[in-house]
Amino acid sequence: MTTQSPLAIEATGLVKSFGDTCAVDGVDLAVRSGSIYGVLGPNGAGKTTTIRMLATLIRPDAGTARVLGHDIVEEADAVRAAVSLTGQLASVDEDLTGRENLILLGRLLGLKRPAAKDRAGELLDAFGLSEAAGRLVKNYSGGMRRRLDIAASIVVTPELMFLDEPTTGLDPRSRNQVWSIIRALAAEGTTILLCTQYLEEADQLADGIAVIDRGKVIAEGTPAQLKASVGSGALYVRLLDPEQRPEAAQLLDRDLGAVTMEPDPAALSAACADAARGAEAVAGLARAGVRIADFSLGQPSLDEVFLALTGHTAEDAASGARDPVNEEQPS
Amino acid sequence: MSPKPATQADVTTDADETAVRRAISSTERPPPPSPMSAALTFGWRGMLKVKHVPEQLLDVTITPVMFVLMFTYIFGGAIAGSTAEYLEYLLPGILVMSVLFTTVYSGVALNTDLTKGVVDRFRSLPIWRPAPLVGSLLGDSVRYLLSGTVIMVLGLILGYRPDAGIVGVLAALGLVVVFAFGLSWVFTTLGLVLRSPSAVMNAGFMGIFPLTFLSNVFVDPTTLPGPLEAFVNVNPISILATASRGLMEGNVDSRDLVIVLAVAAALTAVFAPLTTRLYRRG
Ligand SMILES: Nc1ncnc2c1ncn2[C@@H]1O[C@H](COP(=O)(O)OP(=O)(O)O)[C@@H](O)[C@H]1O
Ligand SMILES: [Mg+2]
Repeated sequence: MTTQSPLAIEATGLVKSFGDTCAVDGVDLAVRSGSIYGVLGPNGAGKTTTIRMLATLIRPDAGTARVLGHDIVEEADAVRAAVSLTGQLASVDEDLTGRENLILLGRLLGLKRPAAKDRAGELLDAFGLSEAAGRLVKNYSGGMRRRLDIAASIVVTPELMFLDEPTTGLDPRSRNQVWSIIRALAAEGTTILLCTQYLEEADQLADGIAVIDRGKVIAEGTPAQLKASVGSGALYVRLLDPEQRPEAAQLLDRDLGAVTMEPDPAALSAACADAARGAEAVAGLARAGVRIADFSLGQPSLDEVFLALTGHTAEDAASGARDPVNEEQPS
Repeated sequence: MSPKPATQADVTTDADETAVRRAISSTERPPPPSPMSAALTFGWRGMLKVKHVPEQLLDVTITPVMFVLMFTYIFGGAIAGSTAEYLEYLLPGILVMSVLFTTVYSGVALNTDLTKGVVDRFRSLPIWRPAPLVGSLLGDSVRYLLSGTVIMVLGLILGYRPDAGIVGVLAALGLVVVFAFGLSWVFTTLGLVLRSPSAVMNAGFMGIFPLTFLSNVFVDPTTLPGPLEAFVNVNPISILATASRGLMEGNVDSRDLVIVLAVAAALTAVFAPLTTRLYRRG
């Protein structure tokens, strides 16, 4: 097996317990080489534990995984040689300067001292940190620290990178910067496993997503497939005349069902999985003389997906959502 | 987030996507560093920390000075006759005690380090496994050396004149530092087993304190009751103190040297792999 395998990560039945807590309870993952794969879940879902197993920091209690073709237990050194980790706590040394951090990493990855210095300078420039290069990292802002952290992960470009909640706690501007760095990494061919609590982040960056809750993968697919799996989106209609809302509600209830009155007295919505039927319903309103200010057909947000997948009791979530949305993930 | 307000530099310096892409594509993976090189790099990291926070050196400079002055002038007179006389007995002992006390801090520092995210990165690197630990203990050995040097210089100022001259002093210093390196593995193990830095500190001193005082560092064991005398005589710290005195006075018993080095080697052989395993496991 080599890194030419189409799958960069192949995990089967990973389990890890800490005392009574089963942090990861049978996780399967299949991550294609060159993709950004999102592991999405709330706090305590088991994301960090999963990443730490795959990055060879802890051994699984059960299950197996191959990372870039290497077994994470038997060939841990080969895995370490090809991956890099940006942990949930910023994985940089706060008591050193930004430049010293990068030189340290360069030396530990085998660069000679002059090469390590040059590389540090190049990365500091590219990540907009050259002015802060001589300052201690403990005085960096959250965004700067994160950028340094990612720079430290690519002192030698890894084939695969683990990113654990890279934008948690960042302001929107820093978050956008980190996103653009992640996209640049992916564009250069690095496979990325991205753990996040932010649905928007997974939606923005990932080609494939596994939704994880209480140590189990409860759904898997592309962002679009996940949205579709919830079943329906909604048709939102805003009327010119609020007086006509009861009439509109009656018509929509007949054509689509599940009508909701919106807080806006002129607006209402109805469940709508199918755009064609939505269009017909709007046409029906118009024919009946209901005057429409505007309307839109909304896909369910990833938030709604998550709620739909985890908002049930434990058994419901386990039995209802266990089957993957789709085995294949188009790129 | 940052304790300081966003600076202007923060606004004007963005990551540049093209430059990022160029930086990403411009490296090839070099062969991993040799064990020695990796360990020395971690030693360098320790030195950098001292450079940024020189106050860290207070505990290895001020404390020994205090010990020497305190023991020389408070207890010295009571134990022996004149200053020069009891310095001859006390100073090697104070050297041993001060340096060994410093080793506890190696465990405390490791425990503190563990709470930081950077350790995960070190663990995920393809380097010789004990390198981070060996490296930081090499860095700590520089602190031990500094501590020892402060004591010896102060002793010389106070009138201590060792018979074996500077060579003897250096040999004793070297021996104490080698023993301290071995002993510090015990405390790094503690540092990985216990939960907090203060727990490591308490447990460490709870061990090293009685061991040091139940040695011949301060008193001649012949004055002690029988069982205690027997213990003091086999205590490796006594043997280290005796060997240090011997080296400084030029009459060292080579059996003592062998025992001291063997104990240091044994401590390393047992606790270095243990520390390494605990460190890797997280
Ligand atoms: N080292 C540990 N010791 C004990 N419990 C742990 C440890 N690491 C994680 N856990 C527990 O395992 C569960 C999953 O944690 P984690 O993988 O960190 O989740 P996430 O990263 O998704 O927030 C949590 O309940 C957490 O408290
Ligand atoms: Mg986490």
